[in-house]
Amino acid sequence: MTSFEELTTKERPTWCPGCGNWGILTALKKAIAELNLPKHQVVVVAGIGCSGHLPQWINTFGFHSLHGRSLPVAQAIKLANHELNVIAVGGDGDGYGIGIGHFIHAMRRNVDITYIVHDNQIYGLTTGQASPTSEKGFKSKSTPHGLIEPPVNPISLALAADCSFVARGFAGDVPHLVKLITQAVQHKGFALVDVLQPCITFNYLNTFEYFYRKVYKLEEDKNYDPTNKVEAFKRSLEWGERIPIGLFYKEERKTYEDELPQLSKAPLVKQKIDNVNIDNLFEEMC
Amino acid sequence: MSEFSWKIGGEAGYGIMTTGFIFGKTFVKAGFFAFDTNEYPSLIRGGHNTYTVRVSQEPIFSHVKKIDVLVALTDIAIEKNATEVKKDGFIIYDVGHVKFQKEIKGVNLIPVPLTQIALEKGKQNIMRNNVALGASFALIDVDPSILYNMIKESFGGKKGQDVADANVNAAKAGYEYVKENFSNIKKIQIKSNGNKKRMYINGNEAIAIGSIKAGCKFYSAYPMTPASSIMHYLASKEFDYNIVVKQTEDEIAAINMAIGANFAGVRAMTATSGGGFALMSEALGLAALTETPLVVVLAQRPGPSTGMPTHTEQGDLRFVMHASNGEFPRVVIAPGDASECFYETFNAFNIAEKYQLPVIIITDKFLAESHTTTEKFFLKSLKIDRGSLLTEEYINKIKDYKRYENTISGISPRSLPSQENLIFKAATDEHDEYGNINEEADNRVIHVDKRFRKIKVLETEIDGAKVYGDADADVTIIGWGSTKGPIFEAMKILSKKGIKVNYLQILYIMPFPKSKAKIVLDKANKKILVENNKTAQLGSIIKEEIGIDVDYKILKYDGRPFLPEDIATKIEEVLTYDKL
Repeated sequence: MTSFEELTTKERPTWCPGCGNWGILTALKKAIAELNLPKHQVVVVAGIGCSGHLPQWINTFGFHSLHGRSLPVAQAIKLANHELNVIAVGGDGDGYGIGIGHFIHAMRRNVDITYIVHDNQIYGLTTGQASPTSEKGFKSKSTPHGLIEPPVNPISLALAADCSFVARGFAGDVPHLVKLITQAVQHKGFALVDVLQPCITFNYLNTFEYFYRKVYKLEEDKNYDPTNKVEAFKRSLEWGERIPIGLFYKEERKTYEDELPQLSKAPLVKQKIDNVNIDNLFEEMC
Repeated sequence: MSEFSWKIGGEAGYGIMTTGFIFGKTFVKAGFFAFDTNEYPSLIRGGHNTYTVRVSQEPIFSHVKKIDVLVALTDIAIEKNATEVKKDGFIIYDVGHVKFQKEIKGVNLIPVPLTQIALEKGKQNIMRNNVALGASFALIDVDPSILYNMIKESFGGKKGQDVADANVNAAKAGYEYVKENFSNIKKIQIKSNGNKKRMYINGNEAIAIGSIKAGCKFYSAYPMTPASSIMHYLASKEFDYNIVVKQTEDEIAAINMAIGANFAGVRAMTATSGGGFALMSEALGLAALTETPLVVVLAQRPGPSTGMPTHTEQGDLRFVMHASNGEFPRVVIAPGDASECFYETFNAFNIAEKYQLPVIIITDKFLAESHTTTEKFFLKSLKIDRGSLLTEEYINKIKDYKRYENTISGISPRSLPSQENLIFKAATDEHDEYGNINEEADNRVIHVDKRFRKIKVLETEIDGAKVYGDADADVTIIGWGSTKGPIFEAMKILSKKGIKVNYLQILYIMPFPKSKAKIVLDKANKKILVENNKTAQLGSIIKEEIGIDVDYKILKYDGRPFLPEDIATKIEEVLTYDKL
């Protein structure tokens, strides 16, 4: 049995007290414990930012990569050893800004990993600049006169990029987030969990209060069908007085690994390399 | 005559590359030595492509200045390449298609209606290539059946017997046409010394095969000339050798994927050219700080920026040595021929794993794409060494596992995800022995020093320089990478003229082979540096590492490889000037 305590490290997170990141870390540990994943079979890969420090504080294998590059690293870890559970984490700047190219291609590629985005709509670790998901008009150190561009909509983007599991959680509702992460990890394919994560230090607009007032759960609507992409797309556009959280969309399709006969017998990492016979390659050159 | 050179020129899309390769390989199969080089602009249709093949009874290492046969499929080919034809050489041209008519003094013109014969025999323009091959063989005193067999092999297989037969018939028609219409020509005389089986292989293929032998299981890359054919080769073998070959969205993804795969315990590699390497630079440091093994190939082309994408240069040496922010140890290997491409790629994987650092193999377009004739590589001495990778037996023996343990050698025990009890964090931040972020001053110094200590150990294990030629020479040539072939040929020319010459090849740029280079250069009479760049980058590295200035620099940065004759002439000039 993998327990929550086992996943907890001696070192305490250095996040601001009350930061939404605490809720995400708790939910992630609970989900891993609930799924009873052996901790040495889990790799948490992070980018850079406040969220990037997360692997330090969960007792699994961890890879703290570069800004925006968690997804290439995470996908390759999975392809190298598909028996592992690979979970990538990062912020909105990391995933939807500098790393957006990798994000889109990872979704269409459908490698079986989970991607949790700590979406606080601001750059926190660099002390408060506008991010790709900051709202139009948002004032920050880098946009003192108000942000001109409209934000990236990660849910619409994910649907358009053929992401096979698209969800949004809220760091202020840990039990609900545990459920979403659990489903995301169980999903065969690339699973996105965009998490509304208030930054209590720099984001004066998108606060816990703001979200408590606005969020509602998609699953509470009995008529909502998360296999209907058109409906999912409609809901993804909803951002105002009401903000949906929960599972927007899910489809079963082959993972990238499923399509690789190279992996059918054993993970790459378990294949012997001591004595590769290349005689026929030489013959072909003659 | 113990050798000859043949060149075909035409538009991109005419099949020049395939034709040139078939010509060279035909002779290799018949026991000759061949070397080829190509030149093409960065476009898919039109322009002017050439493919030069030199054939010899004896081992050869590069192309040479003059050609014996030019096959001109277009007027541009005549305009640009006719002056390269030797006295009494031949120009086969596509009469009817090429407008050219006048005489060229001292050259035998062989007008052949290549396209017309192709249309008659094969109903396709593209078969003019085979007509041209047949016509070329009619000028050489060898049995043309070696060509017909090679064509059969190249166009048979998947394409079927009919296609193969049509191509062979086109070649036969070309051969017969020249035989009938030019019966009084003096054929090129060449005989092979036996018919020993040898490989006809280029640098990229040798790197790809070297990586397969080294157990590379994951290859991620973004297309970029002249590195792309490594990906093409590995992709064609991915099912045979269970290699995941991933074309990524960009070079950043390519290198980060290679790092991820290596972290998970699989040998992985990426390759690119200068521009792509620029994008990879940050991640090079990621591999270094997380001490993740990594092999990166950089096949150079002339920069900066897009530069001349399909040409050759050695302008990125300083770049690979210093790319990425911060200070960290790395290894830079510069193979000089296909055989070194193979062995050093194999070695690169061992070094990367043993020393847990990035290893860069630097080549260039000339080496990457030129085929050379070589014996099959010797495999007995090749042993996979995974260094201090922890095997399953350690899992329960180690208490308090420290991934970045501060050892005497600087090399720490490396575990892999899935190994119980050996959990660690690979951190892009400075970290302590466990991998936890640590920004304390003492810790910082300990870990910087630990990483650099690894290079001290590596230095004792490698022989990073090679010396060829007379110990007691008038001239010592110094070079790195693909200049090796033209330098070897220049040495032949000079020694025929009674000039004693030797050659110091720097194979490992980092760590630099200080003591060997110093011993050779201290004794050298005249030190002449040969580099395919503007700023004599190796020259400045030599000065920096061992404080020795070269006496003369032969530099070339026109996007073309060195010609042996040009090196030899320059060296003679230097010697003459010195005597005045």
